[in-house]
Amino acid sequence: MSEKFKVLYYVNQFFGQVGGEDKAGMPPEYRPQKVGPAMGFEGALRGEGEVVGTIICGDNYFNEHQKESLDFIKKTVKEASPDVVVAGPAFNAGRYGMACGELAKAMAEELALPVVTGMYAENPGVDVCKNKAIVVGTSDSAAGMRKALPAMAAITVKLAKGIELGAPEKEGYIARGMRKTLFEEKRGSLRAVSMLLARLKGEEFETELPMPVFDQVEPAPAIRDLSKATVALCTSGGIVPQGNPDGIQSASAQKWGKYDVSGLDGLPAPGFYSTHGGYDTAYANENPNRVAPLDLLKEFAKEGVIGKVFDWFFTTTGTGTSVSNAQKFGKEIGAILKEAGVDGVILTST
Amino acid sequence: MKLEIGRINIKDIQFGDGTFVQDGVLTVDREGLTAFLKEDERVAGVRLDIARPGEKVRIIPVKDVVEPRVKIEGTGAGFPGVTAKPSQCGQGRTHVLYGAAVVTVGDIVGFQEGVIDMWGEGGRWTPFSKTCNVTLDLQVVDGLDTHTHEETIRLAGLRAAEFIGLAGRGAEPDEVLTYEMGGIFEETEKYPNLPKVLYAEMMITQGLLHDTYIYGVNAQTILPALMHPHEELDGAVISGNCVAACDKITTYQHQNNSVILDLFAQHGKEINFMGVVMVPEHTTLSGKLRASDYTLKLAQMLGADAVVVSEEGYGNPDSDLLMICKKCENAGIKTVLITDECAGRDGMSQGLADTASEAVAVVSTGNVSHVVTLAPAERVIGNPESIAVLAGGWKGALLEDGTLMCELNAVIGSTSEIGYHHVTCRQY
Repeated sequence: MSEKFKVLYYVNQFFGQVGGEDKAGMPPEYRPQKVGPAMGFEGALRGEGEVVGTIICGDNYFNEHQKESLDFIKKTVKEASPDVVVAGPAFNAGRYGMACGELAKAMAEELALPVVTGMYAENPGVDVCKNKAIVVGTSDSAAGMRKALPAMAAITVKLAKGIELGAPEKEGYIARGMRKTLFEEKRGSLRAVSMLLARLKGEEFETELPMPVFDQVEPAPAIRDLSKATVALCTSGGIVPQGNPDGIQSASAQKWGKYDVSGLDGLPAPGFYSTHGGYDTAYANENPNRVAPLDLLKEFAKEGVIGKVFDWFFTTTGTGTSVSNAQKFGKEIGAILKEAGVDGVILTST
Repeated sequence: MKLEIGRINIKDIQFGDGTFVQDGVLTVDREGLTAFLKEDERVAGVRLDIARPGEKVRIIPVKDVVEPRVKIEGTGAGFPGVTAKPSQCGQGRTHVLYGAAVVTVGDIVGFQEGVIDMWGEGGRWTPFSKTCNVTLDLQVVDGLDTHTHEETIRLAGLRAAEFIGLAGRGAEPDEVLTYEMGGIFEETEKYPNLPKVLYAEMMITQGLLHDTYIYGVNAQTILPALMHPHEELDGAVISGNCVAACDKITTYQHQNNSVILDLFAQHGKEINFMGVVMVPEHTTLSGKLRASDYTLKLAQMLGADAVVVSEEGYGNPDSDLLMICKKCENAGIKTVLITDECAGRDGMSQGLADTASEAVAVVSTGNVSHVVTLAPAERVIGNPESIAVLAGGWKGALLEDGTLMCELNAVIGSTSEIGYHHVTCRQY
């Protein structure tokens, strides 16, 4: 039989059998043994894996000293080198859930470790980590322990062995928010007609794409004196220097580029062109300023309408680029502009 | 209006003397077709090839796919207004070389062309791995501007399909499909209790390589137009359009529009299918407002109870889709939408560029950024290096051994938003 995989377990002071609310201030400690739910959990692994140790931490301590707690946990995890980290289940306990959530997020993001936890759907800890870790849906109280542990264990075995998880409703975890691409037996148009008939008959149907919820971004205050302002130029129209030196994709951009335009009066053709795959680029290639108007900005600077054009021009491709990539690009570019003391930015899209 | 589609099943394809079908094998006269295409003086060179289902052949970059057909009875021969003089489509008898397709290939002017793998993993993702394909790689004369270059290739694909389609003239169909639908009042009288359903088909109409033509009219210039469902099934609509390869509607898919076919199957049984509204997707906000208002108005004039809306492309047309949805729902007309998603390579991103709480019934045809790894081909038709620039590819996407990595974006028809294929997304 192959070697057992290793699990490191995390519980709070209560499930760690240290004490109740009076012990909620205890700092984390490590015990190289199975404590509380870790015992039942190991049993549910059916001999495929073992729990090498348990970290116990007070709920108040974790939430009030998150950094110190996580530092201790990370250090312990590095030493114990488990294959999977398991925390909870926290049911509907808010502070415990937040601890499990933050821990799960940190392990996944910083140590690239798979993490399994369990929570009631409304526990605030769910939203902290459901897209980073696997959160098994549990009942709202510890009465659900006997149901939660086997589900958590079954998922842990799959993660440890690198087996792909099935659908959330089948495996018992809370959907991560991942859109998984699959094949259906019926083609799309037939599914649409079936959905239509169900709607018309007042029967139940399930949408295949729940609508996204959008952020609201508050506009920045107006620039008081444009004549002293440094203005940057940024486009999602795919304008790049000839040869596309950074290999920005023609659709579904994975990156953005920044190019020094301090010595230019505009974006010359064919020195610049569009690598964008989502619009008719013939006119942009004739004159790239039609998409990213550096020429006019430079004129404005000369005339004193604006103070200065920022030395660097920022660019990416908007078409098919995921919103999460766009958010990431925005934050990265925004940080550079802020650091450089830029007052405003012209954003052009296509 | 009555339309008969006679299917002549094609099992294999070869080059030979003359163009004809015998025992399910389509023979194509290579020299004859080459000479026919060269009648267009803008065509400098023609490379013809064949790709059969199951062969380890990769075709890249693909522009359009067209089904070869011929008109046997009635008006509407060829592609009226494009390759033939204007005449009415949608009636009489049309013979189809069912199982054959013309595929146009070659670097054109944009980044919007795609991949067809005829076997294995890649073959699963595209419907055009199942057709016997004649590929057409064209070189044009020097000095053509980009728009003329695109038009030359587009027309050559359509003309090749007509040339090959002539083989269906003498052949006996294996199956005849009959579509019959009277005037709207007539049908409503026949089926007074069935819900009235309209299909709104959005089309990319946004400039070079992003246009659709109806009877030769560039749909950029139209208000939403009502069509009889037969017309599109009979060659009235062609693609001049390579959005991303995954969700553009190829000419073949217009000729075989799966939403129309699946709504037809319910006509007179569960629904009263009244027609198709062709909706242009404009780049401007005013265009989007006008087209969505106009679509609602047509639905109201016809007394529609429900509308199926299919998108073409992604990004800004998501707004058109949801505007039509919102306006219809608020007017008491139920909608079902078909769209794909840009959920990022990891599937963790929200997938649409716009949102509407009214959109409660949506069919997803998959994540365009889902990454696939396609094994090396034994033979490549076209230019494998082009994956570096086309939508869904990147520099380094072609590995040294010929393995191709790309997003579904690059695979023709993979996330078809007329629901022509079987891909979807589920919440995980």
